[in-house]
Amino acid sequence: MLTILYFARLRDVLGCASETLATPPATVRDLIALLVARGGVWQAELGGARVFRVAINQEMAQLDDAIPAGAEVAIFPPVTGG
Amino acid sequence: MQQDVIRVQSADFDVAHEYQRLAGQPQIGAVVMFVGRVRDLSANADLHALHLEHYPAMTERALQQLVQAARARWQLDAVTIIHRVGRLAPAEQIVLVLTASPHRDTAYEANRYLMDYLKTAAPFWKKEITRHGEAWVEARASDEQARARWET
Repeated sequence: MLTILYFARLRDVLGCASETLATPPATVRDLIALLVARGGVWQAELGGARVFRVAINQEMAQLDDAIPAGAEVAIFPPVTGG
Repeated sequence: MQQDVIRVQSADFDVAHEYQRLAGQPQIGAVVMFVGRVRDLSANADLHALHLEHYPAMTERALQQLVQAARARWQLDAVTIIHRVGRLAPAEQIVLVLTASPHRDTAYEANRYLMDYLKTAAPFWKKEITRHGEAWVEARASDEQARARWET
């Protein structure tokens, strides 16, 4: 199982703070493709020119990183703290 | 002895108190303290507040990794990072980065390094609450460029 968390502007636009997937994709790239296939705001936010970041188990990740079993994946806009 | 303090909190912090923690340590010859504050540069005081959101499970770990990376580059006697979350009014303090070392160059450089990475790698997000409504702050290319300077 895979837990996905969304933060900040992405959470607001997608209308979703968290969800679980029973069958997790192999990589971040596969996960994003699956989300983009939902169309609508998902495609607009994750399938186009907008920049976003991904963390796996609270560590920043890249598109080709593998998603381990039971992972917590977070998807969020570029950070703006400080 | 390493003396690191990393805190994420909604309460305000006291810069004098954080500095006082270093009293009586003659090996510390230089202390640099950076404080980021909520600014409102609009002509009509449009900003009511900032809302600071974070990713609690990740935030302190990310800050810890920044401090470790800074320690790998510079000799630091103490590092303090305090970052506030929640609702913050104009002129309130947002973040403190304190670096202490035997020499000023080290304290200055490490402080700037920590802020440059914090702004691009630590999972905080700002939302502006103004008289016109609410809007998430967009990341700035200049912040990415500031961080990239350290990677050449």
